[in-house]
Amino acid sequence: MEQVISLIQAAVVFGTVIMFGCLGEIISEKAGNLNLGVPGIMYIGGIASLAAVFKYENAVAEPNKFLCVVIALAACFAASALAGLVYSFITITLRANQNVTGLTLTIFGSGLANFFGGSLNKMAGGVGQISVAATSEAFRSKIPGLSGAGVFGEIFFSYGFMVYVAIILAVVIRIFLKKTRTGLNLRAVGENPSTADAAGIKVTKYKYFATVIGAGISGFGGVFYVMDYIKGTWANDGTIEKLGWLAVALVIFATWKSLNAIWGAYLFGILYWAYFYIPNLTRASQELFKMIPYVVTIIVLLVTSFRKKKENQAPAHLGLPYFREDR
Amino acid sequence: MSNTATVKTKEPLIRLTKRSTMPMWTKILIRAVAILLALGVSALFIFFITKLNPIDVYKTMWNGAFGGVNKAVKTLHRNVTIRDICTLLLLGIALAPAFKMRFWNCGAEGQMLMGGVGTAFVMINFANKGIPNGVLILIMLVASIIMGAIWGVIPAVFKAKYNTNETLFTLMMNYVAIQITSFCVAKWENPYGSNSVGIINQQTKAGWFPTIFGNKYALNIIIAVVFMIAMFIYLKHTKHGYEVAVVGESTNTAKYAGINVKKVIIRTMLFSGAVAGIAGFVGVAGVDHTISTSTAGGRGFTAIIVAWLAKFNTIVMVLITLLIVFLNRGATEIASKFSLNEHASDVIVGIILFFILGCEFFINYKMHFRKKAVKAEV
Repeated sequence: MEQVISLIQAAVVFGTVIMFGCLGEIISEKAGNLNLGVPGIMYIGGIASLAAVFKYENAVAEPNKFLCVVIALAACFAASALAGLVYSFITITLRANQNVTGLTLTIFGSGLANFFGGSLNKMAGGVGQISVAATSEAFRSKIPGLSGAGVFGEIFFSYGFMVYVAIILAVVIRIFLKKTRTGLNLRAVGENPSTADAAGIKVTKYKYFATVIGAGISGFGGVFYVMDYIKGTWANDGTIEKLGWLAVALVIFATWKSLNAIWGAYLFGILYWAYFYIPNLTRASQELFKMIPYVVTIIVLLVTSFRKKKENQAPAHLGLPYFREDR
Repeated sequence: MSNTATVKTKEPLIRLTKRSTMPMWTKILIRAVAILLALGVSALFIFFITKLNPIDVYKTMWNGAFGGVNKAVKTLHRNVTIRDICTLLLLGIALAPAFKMRFWNCGAEGQMLMGGVGTAFVMINFANKGIPNGVLILIMLVASIIMGAIWGVIPAVFKAKYNTNETLFTLMMNYVAIQITSFCVAKWENPYGSNSVGIINQQTKAGWFPTIFGNKYALNIIIAVVFMIAMFIYLKHTKHGYEVAVVGESTNTAKYAGINVKKVIIRTMLFSGAVAGIAGFVGVAGVDHTISTSTAGGRGFTAIIVAWLAKFNTIVMVLITLLIVFLNRGATEIASKFSLNEHASDVIVGIILFFILGCEFFINYKMHFRKKAVKAEV
């Protein structure tokens, strides 16, 4: 029982990292922009929040925890959105290829983050020395009273606030895309931009906003990873990149529906950590177990393409540029 | 009607038209300006972050890639640079036919790793069995081709039959390949418990590329050059290459012309995966003499950018790989000399690529600015 609970807890924390990445990417892809820069954006979001909070915690003697959280989130959103803006400018205005630009953003973002991460470690006195304890504590503080309430409390209430923010965000995105006029317009841009254009929707504006805000949300995955998952430290080990690609995979797994991303993310978490809880696995077979999330994503991708159900498909114009003059 | 009626509807500030042609020198000039601008922005980045003189930094980078304090170091640097160019170039060549067909093969990383796994498997299990080294190397080559081709063709079959999204499929295949590599590393680890395969056949050097003309990397160069020329001819001057181009431009046109699109997709990805597999063969047998998840080390992704920027021209790819490898090698040098961190190279590579990607716009499109006080002639 204890093992099951700890697996669920590990899965939820893991799932939240990729859920943020995935939710941002869903918004971007719904507007037709396949942003393969998600790992880079998560890197940039993570390092921006860490650097900002590091400065703040070093500047004041008694860091205010609420302010720590606000600074971390604001720095992350600003930096990630800026990265999204660079991507948008190059793909939407300058009409470069989305795949290549996204991959470049991933190279750039991981380079930038690991460069500064390494420097911050050096400034803090050596590899692995940087730590923003106060902020990390604020991010990881549980709801008082509820987390101790038996098995139920341990499964549902033993997490930092970002876990719940992710779930709420998923619901909000669902309502936004399905129930509002703006959401409908955004989906129209992703499905058929020339029709949307003819209907008077400002395609370029929608694409820009969707990608920039989507990037900002994806960046929260980086903050959550840095502040909660690895407890306010930095490691140049490339884990964020791996998780970033899983976030891209989760978009497919969830068939572009934000509510599916919630359980999908936790399922990925369980699949990812399962090897840890299965007894008597050799190290070699552990590696095979870690393959499962990717294999499951491939299977979902295949099944959706076999069945050709309209509501489970990628947006029709995903990855394609829109030039009004080309018509 | 009077001739002086002004236009009521506002003309947009900038109007775009597609350029049909542009002289070669203008294209080169635009790209050169883009690279110079990028180097300028990178210099600002270097200066503001590190307070180092960017010129010194670039000089050090140049030394890291091509120069050195003495002849021995210089030769070493140049050899390593050429070695890295060969591997990246092979991956770019592998992607060229797929991209020309507008098949987004993002899986070169995985295809290279699988090729490397196949090579290492033969190296470990077939050495010391009395097989001559030349034959052993040939078996390794075949193994790498088969493994790479399998990894490339799986997404292609599903793309051809069910139109499964190949960008996402090939991306996922990378991670499956990485886990398979980790699995093999754990199986083959030597010594036990080290979690690495170690240098394979360190004593016998069985399956290692031989030194030719006093150069350890001669075979790497030969393989890369042969494939560069072969792929150039294949894409430009053969029926297959023409079919690839037509499918890339429009699958409908291809169908009307009687081209079997499914067959072309599958065949092209067989080749693409096979060449990426050969890059794995070169990486394992000719460079690292071991296998690990970092055998590909992200080069499969960098190669996508190489192939795209070179517009699938394998000869132009040499220049682009040269630029990228120069930046990577140079950054390693500044990392050690100025005690920076080698990830700075990714930042500079990223900035340069952003600029090159952006500058394509000025090659493909012409901007017409709104003329002041337009009087329409009715």
